[in-house]
Amino acid sequence: MSRSPLRSSIGLKIVMAVTGIALVLFLIAHMLGNLKVFAGQTSFDHYAHWLRQLGAPILPGTWFIWIQRILLLVAVIAHIAAATALAVRAKAAQPVRYAHRRPVRTSYAARTMRWGGVIILLFVIYHILDLTTGTLNPLGDPDRPFANVVADFAPSRWYVTLFYTLAVVALGFHLRHGVYSALRSLGQQTPRGQRTAKAFALVFAIVLCAGFLAVPFAVLTGLVR
Amino acid sequence: MNLYTEGDPIADTKAPDGPIETRWDRRRFNAKLVNPSNRRKLTVIVVGTGLAGGSAAATLGELGYQVKSYCYQDSPRRAHSIAAQGGINAAKNYRNDGDSIHRLFYDTVKGGDFRARESNVHRLAEVSVEIIDQCVAQGVPFAREYGGLLDTRSFGGAQVQRTFYARGQTGQQLLLGAYQALERQIARGTVEMNSRHEMLELIVVDGRARGIVVRDMVTGEITTDFADAVVLASGGYGNVFYLSTNAKGCNVTATWRAHRKGALFANPCYTQIHPTCIPVSGDHQSKLTLMSESLRNDGRVWVPKEVGDKRSPKDIPENERDYYLERIYPAFGNLVPRDIASRAAKNVCDEGRGVGPTGLGVYLDFADAINRLGRSVVAERYGNLFDMYQRITGENPYEVPMRIYPAVHYTMGGLWVDYDLQSTIPGLYVIGEANFSDHGANRLGASALMQGLADGYFVLPNTISDYLSAGPFAPIDESTPEVAQARADVEDRVSRLLAINGDRTVDSFHRELGRIMWEHCGMERTDAGLRKALDEIRALREQFWQRVKVPGTGEGLNQALEKAGRVADFFELAELMCIDALHRTESCGGHFRGESQTPEGEAQRDDAHFSYVAAWEFTGADQPPVLHKEDLVFEYVHPTQRSYK
Amino acid sequence: MNLTLRIWRQAGPEDRGQMVTYQVPDVSPDMSFLEMLDVLNERLTLDGEEPVAFDHDCREGICGACSLVINGEPHGPERATTTCQLHMRHFSDGETIDIEPWRAKAFPVIKDLVVNRDAFDRIIAAGGYITAPTGSAPEAHAQPVAKANADAAFENAACIGCGACVAACPNGSGMLFTAAKVSQLGLLPQGQPERYTRVIGMMAEHDAAGFGGCTNIGECAVACPKEIPLTSIGRLNRDFLKAAAIRNDTPGT
Ligand SMILES: Cc1cc2nc3c(=O)[nH]c(=O)nc-3n(C[C@H](O)[C@H](O)[C@H](O)COP(=O)(O)OP(=O)(O)OC[C@H]3O[C@@H](n4cnc5c(N)ncnc54)[C@H](O)[C@@H]3O)c2cc1C
Ligand code: HEM
Ligand code: HEM
Ligand code: SF4
Ligand code: F3S
Ligand code: FES
Repeated sequence: MSRSPLRSSIGLKIVMAVTGIALVLFLIAHMLGNLKVFAGQTSFDHYAHWLRQLGAPILPGTWFIWIQRILLLVAVIAHIAAATALAVRAKAAQPVRYAHRRPVRTSYAARTMRWGGVIILLFVIYHILDLTTGTLNPLGDPDRPFANVVADFAPSRWYVTLFYTLAVVALGFHLRHGVYSALRSLGQQTPRGQRTAKAFALVFAIVLCAGFLAVPFAVLTGLVR
Repeated sequence: MNLYTEGDPIADTKAPDGPIETRWDRRRFNAKLVNPSNRRKLTVIVVGTGLAGGSAAATLGELGYQVKSYCYQDSPRRAHSIAAQGGINAAKNYRNDGDSIHRLFYDTVKGGDFRARESNVHRLAEVSVEIIDQCVAQGVPFAREYGGLLDTRSFGGAQVQRTFYARGQTGQQLLLGAYQALERQIARGTVEMNSRHEMLELIVVDGRARGIVVRDMVTGEITTDFADAVVLASGGYGNVFYLSTNAKGCNVTATWRAHRKGALFANPCYTQIHPTCIPVSGDHQSKLTLMSESLRNDGRVWVPKEVGDKRSPKDIPENERDYYLERIYPAFGNLVPRDIASRAAKNVCDEGRGVGPTGLGVYLDFADAINRLGRSVVAERYGNLFDMYQRITGENPYEVPMRIYPAVHYTMGGLWVDYDLQSTIPGLYVIGEANFSDHGANRLGASALMQGLADGYFVLPNTISDYLSAGPFAPIDESTPEVAQARADVEDRVSRLLAINGDRTVDSFHRELGRIMWEHCGMERTDAGLRKALDEIRALREQFWQRVKVPGTGEGLNQALEKAGRVADFFELAELMCIDALHRTESCGGHFRGESQTPEGEAQRDDAHFSYVAAWEFTGADQPPVLHKEDLVFEYVHPTQRSYK
Repeated sequence: MNLTLRIWRQAGPEDRGQMVTYQVPDVSPDMSFLEMLDVLNERLTLDGEEPVAFDHDCREGICGACSLVINGEPHGPERATTTCQLHMRHFSDGETIDIEPWRAKAFPVIKDLVVNRDAFDRIIAAGGYITAPTGSAPEAHAQPVAKANADAAFENAACIGCGACVAACPNGSGMLFTAAKVSQLGLLPQGQPERYTRVIGMMAEHDAAGFGGCTNIGECAVACPKEIPLTSIGRLNRDFLKAAAIRNDTPGT
């Protein structure tokens, strides 16, 4: 028992699962928030403003959002650190490749988790520069999030929508396996539960994708302007 | 030249006299003990990690002896006991169906065709009860009923349900229990495990077994190991027939080498033939697969009435089929004991009524059972066996009848041991299938597993202390002349095999030897056949030493070299088997002697002349062996002729 | 039928090794895969070449010795079938078949297709047992076991320790093997006292042996010839979580 349980290969899995779920919770909230776009500009901007004030007056100013950001950051870092540690061990555990490639007999989603994760990470960096800091946004006014979004997904900038779509689909794949996997890592252990977990993960991934994609496509098609 | 000479009779003097129920107790009480603090100073080598060796090594380690364990596989868990399917007997009487230690004792003596020692069988029956407790405590997942209690079934010829089982994988589960106990001792440092090591010679110093010579099968290095006592648990030698249900690596080398060093080899010709195996499909066949005997509970055995009827079974109408077991043995029908079912199958095939491409097979038909019980019930009972059959033959037994044929399965001969399980070499103990079995010329199932575990868990650990209490014995080392000699012999043999560089493979010799043995020393034997076999074996052995080709070198992994050494020993054993079979002119146990039959053509035992254990002494290569008889006395169960009509 | 085989040949642990091509004519569809290799080996022997080394013993799917990766699939294309039980009727005339050893750091190659699987034994030695010294056992019926638990324990106990799960896992993880033993023993009342120390010990050894961690990919269970359920890994995770939380010596848990 030399290694602490957290660094054991199951411990790392549990870290992945817990941080993954935290990130998923954020995404659910984020998606619901985004859908406020359909309620109109004032409603959305008001909501964005409200978010930043959340916690007041107990927490002064923008504390809440910073606490949330720090928690998210910690989760992402822990998630990536554990993923990297597992990837390094996996590589070491199989130093020689098969001459005949192993066919994939389960799911591609499961086999592409690491690539999917990297794509999501790159996307999030771009996304923050785009819609949070506004650096890469054609408008980039932090006080007018609705306008930022509308400017972002304008039909002439179809490639941004395309990139968002690809990223969100990648996220969907990540979560399709990730949610099922997190439940298993936390001890899901019956065949029936396994079927439920798989179905739930699939439905969840689809709903989340649809929810996120609704916004850019609404702007693209002129539904929201 | 005489085939053999007769020497002095031997007696087993270790079993106390008096009431049979208390003999084991009294023997245990009289055996000397070793003080726990002294056990650490005593070393025991255990060759084999099957049910017998694995359980013995674990238990000796637990007691505090220093144990060194050997097996030829890469892991102790792969010993051939893993393949046993059916179950293990125990006199628990959980069914309240009239079972008792005495009844198990009685049935086993009878099942051994009155060629077993009463004292040993009684001890086996007593210990059987403890075995089940022990295995359950280890987590062996025996079949259970809905109430949570252990399930049992009836097995081959018994009228009580006393066979405990774990689906069709009883041997696997029992072995894993022993293996895990062994691994626990390995972790505690009381047992040193040497897998992928093959024992090639026994070291005897001052008349005591003191060590072994082994070849490290990975590096090829030949080394010696020393101990205060040596235990052989190296399993059976059914592979002398080439085709058998045994694993490919099963061999006689360990026991044969001990035999050459002076241990008597008893009843070598006793082999058990199993009636329900998948038939041979062609010359490429490398081994036979057993289908559990339980299939005969619902399957019906038949062949066409006409000789040479090659129609597909579906096209043969009911009235042109011969359900020969039901016809000849109406009382037992398809459930006659193994030997009878096997021989009947051979007879109909010899008449030319066998089925399948080779004509060596009979149908085992489930059509009636499927009609009567429904496909799902049949699938529930035998599903995994049907799947295995389909995997191997490509035929679906739900649709077409299975084809089966008898095959060699288990060997009851082995090194002679006394009640303490000690061979005629002091300090050499032999347990499990490697010794000559407690259950005699056995015709029943579910006894071998019982014996293996009884020997390893309960008997040997109690009796070996009697011998070890005199130790530790004088230290020996590489320079001890006997040690150096044993090692040089092994090195010599290995280089001889490698140097022949002939033009035939080891397997081709083995296959040919197997054919001779199956033909003449298999189910049915005759004087003329056995004499012919002896000539053929000797000629073939000579060829072997001139023409075999063993590629590669002695350094490193060389599977051809391993096989060559084993086959070389099989040649010598085969000769002794034929001599033993030749001298035993009665039909007994699993075998039918052509010259000894009742007017109806059934097996005729000859108690007046053969109620003894035939223990053979090695006198040198190409010298006639010496026969020592141990008379068998029956005080509790009186010999009767059997009848299954 | 006639086949082309590409087989991994490696003279010893230190040798580099490579794929070598052989032709095998006249293969009968009734042969098992290993019998087909026997035929090749007989010919190589007579031609003065070294036969191909591969592990095997029982040849009936129970000892767990045989271990070939056939066309990238451990134990070949048939489900629930070990290499020794795989028959040539599943291949077609003229086919090229790639044969490789298990690949994992914890299973170093000894020669050709033979690997060293001692790591599995060490995992068992680190806790994969129930301590029950000979002679100490209570009467077998003293403790009934619910049939469902007994059956589930059996299902897991069926593992033959072949290592196909590791060979199939993209992470080189030995989790299915470990989970099978932890589940078997953890489902039985006899296994309770050591339930949590067992899982900690076995996992420590699993990781130390160089197996990768599991990311629930599930290839292991597809390759497993004994169909050990993937859900057992969940049971292992759960026991591990609990064990880590109670640190195995908290009384009353
Ligand atoms: C297919 C099949 C089904 C069976 N079914 C039943 C059943 O239902 N019920 C029943 O009671 N019996 C059954 N039997 C018989 C029973 O399984 C065996 O008799 C019994 O398991 C033998 O156990 P063992 O420990 O003596 O030897 P094994 O399990 O054969 O072990 C032999 C050990 O010795 C080692 N060894 C051998 N030679 C050497 C050497 N030269 N150097 C080093 N190590 C060596 C091997 O590595 C191995 O570890 C069955 C047998 C077969 C073949
Ligand atoms: C750089 C970014 C990321 C990388 C490299 C990454 C990588 C991985 C990897 C390799 C796994 C598989 C591990 C396993 O299944 O045990 C995984 C699982 C998971 N990921 Fe990510 N991921 C990233 C971002 C995210 C994000 C943003 C989310 C959430 C929204 C997320 C949610 C999950 C979840 C829920 C799991 C399942 C946890 C588990 O399997 O136990 N990941 N991730
Ligand atoms: C596709 C539709 C999406 C839209 C329209 C969208 C919109 C936005 C907007 C407007 C903000 C800025 C909020 C503010 O500054 O007040 C934001 C922040 C953010 N988004 Fe998104 N987002 C989308 C998808 C995603 C996805 C898929 C992820 C993650 C995988 C993500 C992660 C984040 C993060 C981490 C922030 C920063 C939160 C913070 O500042 O604390 N977003 N998003
Ligand atoms: S879990 Fe399956 S694949 Fe893995 S060792 Fe056990 S039987 Fe083999
Ligand atoms: S394939 Fe590997 S990742 Fe886990 S589920 Fe099986 S061990
Ligand atoms: S050789 Fe035993 S499982 Fe294949």
